[in-house]
Amino acid sequence: MTISRTVRGLALAAAVLLTGACGTDGAPAAAPTTPPSAPLAVRDMWVKTAESGMTAAFGTLVNTGDTDVQVVKATSTASPVMELHEVADVDGTMVMRPKDGGFTVPANGGHTLEPGGDHLMLMDLTAPVKAGDEVRFTLTFADGRTFAFTAVAKDFAGGNESYHPEMG
Amino acid sequence: MAGRDAPLGRRRVLRGGALAVGGGVLGAGAAALLSGRDAPAATPPPAYGAQTVPFHGPHQAGIDTPAQAHAAFVAFDLLPDTDRAALGRLMRLLTDDAARLTQGRPALADTEPELAAIPARLTVTFGFGPGLFAAAGLDRHRPASLAPLPAFPIDRLDPRWTGGDILVQVCADDPLTVSHAQRMLVKDTLAFGRVRWTQRGFRRGRGMADDGVTQRNVMGQLDGTRNPPLGSAAFAAAVWVDSGPSWLRGGTTVVIRRIRAEMEKWDAVDTTGKEFAIGRRLADGAPLTGTAEHDEPDLAKTDDLGFRVISEHAHIARAHVGSDRQRIFRRPYNYDDPPGPDGRANAGLIFASYQRDVGDQFLPIQRNLAESDLFNEWITPIGSAVFAVPPGCPEGGWIGQTLLD
Repeated sequence: MTISRTVRGLALAAAVLLTGACGTDGAPAAAPTTPPSAPLAVRDMWVKTAESGMTAAFGTLVNTGDTDVQVVKATSTASPVMELHEVADVDGTMVMRPKDGGFTVPANGGHTLEPGGDHLMLMDLTAPVKAGDEVRFTLTFADGRTFAFTAVAKDFAGGNESYHPEMG
Repeated sequence: MAGRDAPLGRRRVLRGGALAVGGGVLGAGAAALLSGRDAPAATPPPAYGAQTVPFHGPHQAGIDTPAQAHAAFVAFDLLPDTDRAALGRLMRLLTDDAARLTQGRPALADTEPELAAIPARLTVTFGFGPGLFAAAGLDRHRPASLAPLPAFPIDRLDPRWTGGDILVQVCADDPLTVSHAQRMLVKDTLAFGRVRWTQRGFRRGRGMADDGVTQRNVMGQLDGTRNPPLGSAAFAAAVWVDSGPSWLRGGTTVVIRRIRAEMEKWDAVDTTGKEFAIGRRLADGAPLTGTAEHDEPDLAKTDDLGFRVISEHAHIARAHVGSDRQRIFRRPYNYDDPPGPDGRANAGLIFASYQRDVGDQFLPIQRNLAESDLFNEWITPIGSAVFAVPPGCPEGGWIGQTLLD
């Protein structure tokens, strides 16, 4: 799994570089010690619509740099609280829970966020997320740098794993 | 007025070449790559499956695209709270779905991304019905003649095939590709509207005949002989809006009529009678005054007894128009729903007609036909809907932006 994911990530990164498909979302927020260009990009980001409560965002984080990037925190204008989640098999039940250490986006690779897998969890929506809404997110890396992007809201039937923070 | 050009015009050959290149690139594992999932190793798809039609451009695809083998026309009624802002969100979503799927990539949140891997010349074309303009508070931008067609005496319209606020036309050379695209587009529309009707149609399978050959309908007739050739000046003059509301320039309008073929009555007519009603020979589509399909019909020609060879009540005589700007572009599909227990056919035509202006082009022809076309004996319009078809959009844009943004 790890190998195939890394290989695909490399291919994705290549596709992004070739097509320039990440567009303006690739611009990171500047921080005092930030290198001039952050190596992260995203593609195909979307968020599941919800009237209230919790929902999640998915897509692919792409690292075009030569060192791994650790995503340790996410924020959004749509929810005051967010968590970086994984879905794990706990005693035969698939549950989602905060992922220890956040997400690692490997150097020259990608990290997929998908229903049934890692995802960005919005814990408490301040307003309904409606189909077609553009939701703003900011990721924070272990070194303090940040990266902002938008995700479009789509109706989606899946991604309904129960939340078990105590199992984390 | 010349008949149709040679089967493959220069523009189409060029586009075909570009398509082949695009298909080749896509074939290089791009589908598996972009699906974001681990796809099993597969044999390369056949050439037709990998072909793509560009989505972005000045005009929406699926109109001047050589007609694909399969089509689904889906019309939606907007929900009461779908206003201008909501329509903008909807069209951004649908545009994004179409831009991805037509290029052989899964839609965002695609639950069956594997099915996107064979685009098969998929096109998705959007239309706005009369009610959309009112819902958006933009009725002043509705083309004056974009309204339900007046009732014709021959009509037996069924509400289940009539009207609609939004049209999504999905065409591809593969029925599973159409099915998957339709599913994604319907799912993304449900927050804004309800499906009013769906019409699925077909033509000859891709590769069954040369692409330039006029299609035959379920009644056996060559259908579309007098179409302006794709990419020609005559086509542009007839189809692309160049006056009126500025938001629609480069767009067009479409009339979709569901026309039942009265097959049992048609069966009872001999070949001479069928050809007299149409004014063309069934075997090769030649006018009764000519020897080949694209010969110009001589509507004034008389026989030894002084009777018109092509009756003034024959279909092609009634449908005849004087100038290119009055022509319509027909892109019809056949339908053939299951027959009833008595075996009676439930078949006919999904007659999709594109023209700059419904009132200036479609209506005069339809009035002439409704008045005295001999062919009316064997056809019954059972559905009718009209839509404005916005222009295409560049990358980063969305269909309908010129109206709704």
